[in-house]
Amino acid sequence: MRRDRLTFGMIIGIPVVQLMLFGYAINGDPKHLPTAVLLADSSQYGRSMLSALKNSDYFHFVRKLHNEAEAETALARGEVQFIVTIPENFSRSLLRGDKPTILIEADATDPSATGNAIASLRTLLASALQHDLKGPLGFLAGSDGPINLRVHARYNPEGISQYNIVPGLMGVVLTMTMVMITGLAITRERERGTMENLLSMPTRPLEVLLGKIIPYIFVGYIQAGLILTAARFLFHVPMAGSIPLLLLVASVFIAANLAMGITFSTLAKNQLQAVQMTFFFFLPSLLLSGFMFPFRGMPDWAQVIGELLPLTHFLRIIRGILLKGNGFEEVILQLWQIVLFAVVVLTIGVKRYRKTLD
Amino acid sequence: MTDNVVIDVRGMTKRFGALTAVNGIDLQVRQGEVYGFLGPNGSGKTTFIRMLCGLLAADAGEGTCLDFDVIRESESIKRQVGYMTQRFSFYEDLSIIENLDFVARMYGVSNRRAAVHESIERLGLAGRQKQLAGELSGGWKQRLALAACLIHNPRLLLLDEPTAGVDPKARRDFWEQIHELAGQGLTFLISTHYMDEAERCDRLAYLSYGNLLTSGTAAEVIAGAQLTTWLASGPNLQVIARQLRTKPGVGQAVAFGARLHVSGTEALRLEQAIAPFRTEPYSWQQINPGLEDVFIHLMGNSKDNYQA
Ligand SMILES: Nc1ncnc2c1ncn2[C@@H]1O[C@H](COP(=O)(O)OP(=O)(O)OP(=O)(O)O)[C@@H](O)[C@H]1O
Ligand SMILES: [Mg+2]
Repeated sequence: MRRDRLTFGMIIGIPVVQLMLFGYAINGDPKHLPTAVLLADSSQYGRSMLSALKNSDYFHFVRKLHNEAEAETALARGEVQFIVTIPENFSRSLLRGDKPTILIEADATDPSATGNAIASLRTLLASALQHDLKGPLGFLAGSDGPINLRVHARYNPEGISQYNIVPGLMGVVLTMTMVMITGLAITRERERGTMENLLSMPTRPLEVLLGKIIPYIFVGYIQAGLILTAARFLFHVPMAGSIPLLLLVASVFIAANLAMGITFSTLAKNQLQAVQMTFFFFLPSLLLSGFMFPFRGMPDWAQVIGELLPLTHFLRIIRGILLKGNGFEEVILQLWQIVLFAVVVLTIGVKRYRKTLD
Repeated sequence: MTDNVVIDVRGMTKRFGALTAVNGIDLQVRQGEVYGFLGPNGSGKTTFIRMLCGLLAADAGEGTCLDFDVIRESESIKRQVGYMTQRFSFYEDLSIIENLDFVARMYGVSNRRAAVHESIERLGLAGRQKQLAGELSGGWKQRLALAACLIHNPRLLLLDEPTAGVDPKARRDFWEQIHELAGQGLTFLISTHYMDEAERCDRLAYLSYGNLLTSGTAAEVIAGAQLTTWLASGPNLQVIARQLRTKPGVGQAVAFGARLHVSGTEALRLEQAIAPFRTEPYSWQQINPGLEDVFIHLMGNSKDNYQA
């Protein structure tokens, strides 16, 4: 084992990484969720409502929106988790005792990301106006509060967690298997001795690596098809968007993972190392991508790592297509990051591919 | 003259850490020649061959292989060289025909199907083309490897112990084929441990501990060693062999079956040394040393140099 520093590093590294991830990065009760406001009435009362939300730990105001269409896009792209709409004539209705309605739309694709925040809303808003509605206006507070609260849990109104998990599983399965398949490709050639033969032929590194990647894209498709079928018929996951688009994206995602695997394979000295590297990649992918735990619940450093991982973007895409009915414009915002990942990783692989045996 | 030299390298050197596996080897191989590469295990044969086709980066050395620079133009060299690895290195989970097709594709052979078909015919693999390479016996694996080496019509073949573990008949067939191909103008560099194969080569090189000890035709190599050899026959040769080895003037006493070859570089002292043993029931006669005597002699000397 002294000869194999990587194995030694893994033995120390894996518990450290696990501790970091489980101990610090993961949080089942996400706070400071990005929220946008559509403020049609900028009166004192409207602002009181907002500051009450702001003072809670759950909502973090990031944007002011001007119309419904903007709100729709922001939610579809997943830029914000919540949209708070304070309607026109909010103050006037309030003072007349008409109980104006505040609309809160939540991106509920992942029910666990929004659950606690939504649960906290009612008490939050009831107390929000207590300060303003004192003395002569006290009667408005009434017995059931001065306002109506409407919460729209968008995309997954019943909060069915399978709708979120099953599509995500497709990404997870592809990550695990695709990286593993090609992760062994080059090391296997080395260990079987076929590398010597391959290198004695006039082949280019990119050619060899692509030759190892392309056939497996079809293997990936079989898996993707299997999971999609199960999602449709066993779990009745809604499929609001275009399936051909999803399959197109899946091929890019599969290729990115295969590229990651082949690059590990050029870095690893033997099959054991390749497997270890795969595991080292899979662990953060599983935990930091937003698959197991809400992405926005993680601290910034973990989110930065998460943003680098193709699975993170693929999860956003697949959930976006299936649940939100997203089209190409929304998809491309995430897709280019997967493409970039694949290109960078493959470049490293080509650079590291040794054209000689030493 | 120079335009039909296929391999012409000087000072080829390869180090693995502290070990110099190949130490400044010069080698010239002419077109159409079958060049034998000999030397004990670990003497650097495989390492040298790998450097020729760009599989290992040389630490020093220069020259040409097939008129390309041996250091810088290995991509071009690879295109015209067929390299047969010492260890079987085809895909065991592919069939014979699939392996050949793969190789043909890697070399970009035009009219691939015909080329694959032809090589299967030529090597008599026809009945077995669907068999998985991993299921083949040793001899058939060698045939497959040779077929694969030839598929892109190379000008030079580098064969690293092509007949290790092959039965005598198959070895004979193999060598007949090699001489036939050499007759058509192909050049061969073949490493081997078999003396009968060494004798079939047009010229030889002998390596030990990375050094080229001798090279030339078999006759030149034997003459160059300036060895005198006596052959003894009789009972209990092991006993006198042990005694002879301690005598000055005796370089080596090697048993060949029921005969003993006793050799030394100084004819006179050798004769003095064996004189006491030239009694009944032993019969002695002076013979011309064979390649094996010479190689054993070279190996013994180089070890001394190495340890000194
Ligand atoms: N990749 C390597 N790393 C370190 N040492 C090596 C490597 N390859 C070969 N060697 C060493 O270089 C020396 C020459 O080895 P090489 O394989 O060239 O010998 P060889 O003449 O082909 O022997 P054999 O007849 O057993 O095939 C040996 O001592 C071997 O241990
Ligand atoms: Mg060898």
